Amino acid sequence: MSLDVLIVDDSAAIRKILQRVLIQADVPLGRVYEAGDGEEALNCLKDASVGLILSDINMPKMDGLQLLGALKNQESTKSIPVIMVTTEGGSTKVMEAVNLGAAGYVRKPFTAEQIKEKLAGIV
Amino acid sequence: MTAKDEPEMITHDEITEMIRNATQSVFSMMLGIDLESCDSFVEEDPPGPSEGVLALIGLAGTWAGSGTFSCSAEMARKISSALLMAEYESINDEVLDAIGEVTNMVLGNVKTSLEEKLGPMGLSIPTVVYGRNFTTRSMAKASWSVVPFKLGGETIKVHLCLAPSRETPKIKSAGEHGRAFLTLMQ
Repeated sequence: MSLDVLIVDDSAAIRKILQRVLIQADVPLGRVYEAGDGEEALNCLKDASVGLILSDINMPKMDGLQLLGALKNQESTKSIPVIMVTTEGGSTKVMEAVNLGAAGYVRKPFTAEQIKEKLAGIV
Repeated sequence: MTAKDEPEMITHDEITEMIRNATQSVFSMMLGIDLESCDSFVEEDPPGPSEGVLALIGLAGTWAGSGTFSCSAEMARKISSALLMAEYESINDEVLDAIGEVTNMVLGNVKTSLEEKLGPMGLSIPTVVYGRNFTTRSMAKASWSVVPFKLGGETIKVHLCLAPSRETPKIKSAGEHGRAFLTLMQ
């Protein structure tokens, strides 16, 4: 069964890399949706249903933590696992993401193996 | 002044080590490239290659400043090709985006290391400039730590300028500011 994924990052480069890494990690990818910030992600989810969200934290307009909070407050999206993929390595941000309900946390730079390990218990 | 009131200090050598670790880690893990690190130095002027690509990120906290990543246009295309597994004949939006993201990862990891010593910091979204004969100017009065790297006969440079914020409650006199700046220049 294929998995539809939403990748949220203001960098098109990182969105492209993450899509490649998901393939390298043998994730049975279905449709891949992309968003450049939290607002775009929420708009995308009005029309699309996904089984996994990978999100950056530092983004313009609506950042990843605000997006996470909004997703967990909506009945239709609160059960979607969200993995934060970010340069933010500070314990404060990590704890904030965990408290908001993030399913995992991957720090940039990352390897395909690290993404695969993180997805193992989730997907 | 009690020990509790002492402002945290950071030296040029410590900054150099953080930049080296972060840059080599990003290039190794994301690009599959081993970077050769060169001798670091301190300079008074902000970075500005006469031509090429320069990405700039701001840091803010009890200490604040700017970090840059700069290289030639040719090197920017090579880095983008390695990162995105695509060939780039010229500098386009994808190349500038890739250099911005490399800068974000390098300085984001430097920021994480700095936070262990200097407390929480924020990181701005990168701005990437590409052009010829451009110069940069910083309003900051602190020195820049410069860490060059060699790759295929070309040089990549990471600059960082950091000083205690004006608002920081720990710094109470101009003399103490001066001490912090001097620490950077060691």
